[in-house]
Amino acid sequence: MSLTSARRAKRRGPRRFTRRDLVVLGVLLGIPVLLDIAIVWGPTLASIVLSFTSWDGIGSIHWVGTQNYTNLFTNYPPFWPAVRHNLMWLGFLGLIATPFGLLLAVVIDRGVRFSRFYQSTIYMPVVLSLAIVGFIAQLVFSRDQGVLNAVLGNKDNPTDWLGDPNLNIWMILIAAAWRHTGYVMILYLAGLKAVDPTLKEAASIDGANERQIFFRVVFPTLRPVNVIVGVITVIESLRAFDIVYAVNHGRNGLEVLSVLVTDNIIGEASRIGFGSAIAVVLLAVSMGFVVTYLVQEIRGEKNR
Amino acid sequence: MTLDTTVDVAAPAPAKPARRRTVRPGRLGVHAFLMAVSLAFLAPLLLAVYASLRPYDETSKYGYFSLPRHLSFDYYQQAFSDSGMTKYFVNTMIIAIPGVIVTLFLASFVAFAVSRLRLKGGIVLLMLFTAGNLLPQQVIVTPLYVVFNRIPLPYWMSDSMTMFDSYWAVVAVQVGFQMGFCVFVLANFMRTLPQEILEAAIVDGAGVWTQYWRITLPLCRPALAALGTLQFTWMYNDFLWALVFMSDGDKLPITSALNNLRGQFFTDYNLLAAGSVIVALPTLIVFLLLQRHFIAGLTLGSSKG
Repeated sequence: MSLTSARRAKRRGPRRFTRRDLVVLGVLLGIPVLLDIAIVWGPTLASIVLSFTSWDGIGSIHWVGTQNYTNLFTNYPPFWPAVRHNLMWLGFLGLIATPFGLLLAVVIDRGVRFSRFYQSTIYMPVVLSLAIVGFIAQLVFSRDQGVLNAVLGNKDNPTDWLGDPNLNIWMILIAAAWRHTGYVMILYLAGLKAVDPTLKEAASIDGANERQIFFRVVFPTLRPVNVIVGVITVIESLRAFDIVYAVNHGRNGLEVLSVLVTDNIIGEASRIGFGSAIAVVLLAVSMGFVVTYLVQEIRGEKNR
Repeated sequence: MTLDTTVDVAAPAPAKPARRRTVRPGRLGVHAFLMAVSLAFLAPLLLAVYASLRPYDETSKYGYFSLPRHLSFDYYQQAFSDSGMTKYFVNTMIIAIPGVIVTLFLASFVAFAVSRLRLKGGIVLLMLFTAGNLLPQQVIVTPLYVVFNRIPLPYWMSDSMTMFDSYWAVVAVQVGFQMGFCVFVLANFMRTLPQEILEAAIVDGAGVWTQYWRITLPLCRPALAALGTLQFTWMYNDFLWALVFMSDGDKLPITSALNNLRGQFFTDYNLLAAGSVIVALPTLIVFLLLQRHFIAGLTLGSSKG
């Protein structure tokens, strides 16, 4: 890749690069490209291939066609709950946490005092490890000593917020949203700072009210940020792992796809072919969004 | 967790129209709203600190939401010694420090080549790296797990004799995966630098390495600082890679050390809270000290804005 690009560049201007330049380019582009292929793209392709085999990691590799996928869709009880949980994750972050982050950004951007304080506190959960967020969730939601039950005052018949398989996913979603909101807020704050104020003035001279100015003028100019926030929300929802893993290793109502992959490949069963099939499902869904994002990026690139 | 925007905060924001400074009821409402949200966001953290200062007997009797009868730092000492914090902290540093440095070095050169040298195919490279960063980690875990198990390493590099269960594996994956994000951000940043400086250097006969190391990199210091702090927090907080590629419990990073504080049958959550606070402290300090860099790192991008 690096060599061809260098060679092509050379063709355009014969004297552009000396021999030494080409060596520097070859080595310093070659290492990252090879590393990226070895660590990211190669394994991705390998996962796709392995998902059509029944490999256990030790013996020989047997081709089984789409059997893993058939098993996965029809014969693997945790799969559909995991899909449902990932979709709930996406819905919750997309419909509640993300708009809330946008709302906070808009309010703070209007220029209140102490905006720095608000901004920092709301952003602070983002720097915490999701593992720690998981532990903190246990302090709040624990059945016997947790704060939530104490505040609600139901001592006689306490709710087991994290133990009840119908409830716990929602509690985890609240914890995940706690972290997601601050991230979205910061991204939108940066976007809003870059919006040309004369646009808003022109709209208000034309008689638009604040709501109209926001939805008709400001929001459309935020499109690049919207795309990024959308991609983050989707990717975060699909990647969701640490927080459930820290709470109960993704069992009993907290199944998510990423945990199923990990369980299948590092568990005792070591069903690598099958684990890969789950990973490929995850990949297929996220690729849709990644491609959309890249198309947007390339368009932006051309406009430069 | 790893994404970026295309909006530049560093660019001088156009002057805002003067605002009225009179206090209106609406403004008080805004403050009440923001204050309530801030408190709600801060409360879980404060709760963890509060719980860690109280003995288990007290909170198990009265719950976490009660007035304190006895406060002490005992749990911090216990969490620190019981879990062997120092060892795990060193492990994290062994992963994060080379990880951040190598990532920034490699990514900055790719970004430089893509954005400044006008290579054909540069955009393909950029896409290759950016898209790679957006893939779900679980997709690449399986093959890497298998491959790492088959790569032999001499004893002086890894006491497991394979790439699996060694820091090399975790650092390599961190670098390979995080490079995409850094390339994207740095390429956008470098595009905002004036091209004339490079042209002047080329006229003076500077080679590619000089253009990169002596001329472009010094100008990227703010972006590198922002990315450095951000990458450090991410690698510090990471949990998955070490879990998958390490089997020796003594080599695990600090985020996994928290699990050592859980008993087999009984978990003292106050102790766990103290452990969480200790583990979170470095990232919180980094955040509070370098806040401006931090936020810039998440938002810095191109001149598009």
